[in-house]
Amino acid sequence: MSPARRAAAGLARWPRYYRSELRIAFGRPRNLLMLAALAGAPVFFGIVLKVNTPEPGAGGPSGAGEFIGQVAENGVFLSLLAIYALLTVLLPLAVAVVSGDSVAGEAGMGTLRTMLTVPAGRLRLVATKYATIVTFSLAACLIVAGMGLLMGVILFPVGRVTLLSGDTVPLADGLGRLALIVGYVAAGLASLGAIGLALSTFTQHPIAVMAATLVVVIISEILDAISQVGAIHPYLPTHFWFSFDALLRTPIAWPQILHGLASFAAYAVIFAGAALVRIRRADVTC
Amino acid sequence: MTVAARAAAGDAPPADEAAAGEHAISTEGLTKRFRGGQLAVDHIGLAVPRGSVYGFLGPNGSGKTTTIRMLLGLVHPTEGSLRLLGADLRDGLDPVLPKVGALVEGPAYYPFLSGWQNLARLDAADRSADPRTARSRIDHALDQVGLLAAADKRYRAYSLGMKQRLGIAAALLRPRELMVLDEPTNGLDPQGTREIRALIRHIAADGTTVFVSSHLLAEVEQICTHVGVMSQGRLAFQGTLALLRSRGEPRIGIRTAQPAAAAGVLARLGLADIDADGTRVTARLGGQAPEHVNAELVRSGVPVSGLETIRPSLEDLFVELTGEGFDVTG
Repeated sequence: MSPARRAAAGLARWPRYYRSELRIAFGRPRNLLMLAALAGAPVFFGIVLKVNTPEPGAGGPSGAGEFIGQVAENGVFLSLLAIYALLTVLLPLAVAVVSGDSVAGEAGMGTLRTMLTVPAGRLRLVATKYATIVTFSLAACLIVAGMGLLMGVILFPVGRVTLLSGDTVPLADGLGRLALIVGYVAAGLASLGAIGLALSTFTQHPIAVMAATLVVVIISEILDAISQVGAIHPYLPTHFWFSFDALLRTPIAWPQILHGLASFAAYAVIFAGAALVRIRRADVTC
Repeated sequence: MTVAARAAAGDAPPADEAAAGEHAISTEGLTKRFRGGQLAVDHIGLAVPRGSVYGFLGPNGSGKTTTIRMLLGLVHPTEGSLRLLGADLRDGLDPVLPKVGALVEGPAYYPFLSGWQNLARLDAADRSADPRTARSRIDHALDQVGLLAAADKRYRAYSLGMKQRLGIAAALLRPRELMVLDEPTNGLDPQGTREIRALIRHIAADGTTVFVSSHLLAEVEQICTHVGVMSQGRLAFQGTLALLRSRGEPRIGIRTAQPAAAAGVLARLGLADIDADGTRVTARLGGQAPEHVNAELVRSGVPVSGLETIRPSLEDLFVELTGEGFDVTG
């Protein structure tokens, strides 16, 4: 087969390979448990806020507080609260775990050598793994937002959405903004997934990758909170993660959103690129 | 063909194609030095004829697995050239790997998937496999190794022997021109070992080249036409099994009540390396015919109660080649 025909066949049959990778990521009992925990968090938040209803505006002026105070008035905010609360550790953890599995996990189990002799193709394998990580990131965000919305609808009144800027928009508009937020947060997590993927190509211990990826998140968040190092803030991988509040203002602060997406894209390109370079050169000895 | 000659051939590779025609695997000066300096494989020149069953022998740690990893493109050689089914490593092996069934260093699969699902996953990753025939090919592969009844059982619940069979089933997912099997009978009971041997014979009978590594001599002796013997990263011997056998010098063994007299006769006949032990005397035959030695003994009045020609066992030859007993480390 000529290289061109092989490339065409590889592309045509890629969806089958991608689906089989998704079945692993979403079929692994441990990952299902993790997704269940992510789904359970909004339920927990909803029940707590229902039992112990805060005064409007009681949560404080910024961060999660902005949302907590509004949940009782509009259930849609439970979804935002859940995303906000889980984005600090739990959502990154889910992505870190899947990144650890991606290459390091396969190497540790020995399945990497089997896949490469099939041959899956080294670059094709890593690209498919990244597509799976991105899909998993999006799914995790959708689950959190979806369960938040569901519980919000069940437990609280739902109606026109009062934005952070004080304006009120129709419910449909509010839900549209929620969908954009889910996409934005998933993009941020996907950029973290690229870092995890790159780390994953250097070891056969998925736990090490998971821990290192989380350390990246935590150090980045700590540095981001220290104003003395403000000069490096825009370059931190997590700096723009919480900028999604720009989508809750009128008019939407698009420059802020685009700046965030550019940062995510830069991280994704650099680290996914590093993973591809590394896998090409690596000796697979396990 | 030397590296220099290949370079000289440039863009016109007819000689290369001819070489590819006769050899499923050929390497020249293939070397792997790992980071850290360990020389795992040291300038080996493998020549595996098409259609052969090639036994790749050597003690554990002699470089067999590293060599196999290089043959399959998992480990990058430090030096040397490699051709697999006519494809040059420098151009990438992925185009020919679908024609190669491989089992490297034991089977490795997802514990929470069934045997069937694990094979389906491998097939899905193969861009040259036809998805429409996947179902029947997987069933057939499992059937060939006797795992069809356990197809839906989780891999976690498989016995060691079943895991090994699944690894071989993966190599059988598609018709192959070459099978590379690393220690295929590892962990199998005698019955399982026999079955795998029969399977390898069956595969070879269809014209598939089989490259099988083992540290078990008996295994190789029973199924192989060719052997390569690795010792400390080097290829200590390569050739047909018959050639290897012929390397051993035959000895004569005499059972007699008068060993001293017998030894005297053997010495007079010019036999070397005479060894008398109780009522048994042995010596290297050299070019002598055993019946001639017998006649001389009888003529000299030595009572011969037994006489035999002893060919060194393959095991002895291997110990000689590798400098250590088989299976000492594993």
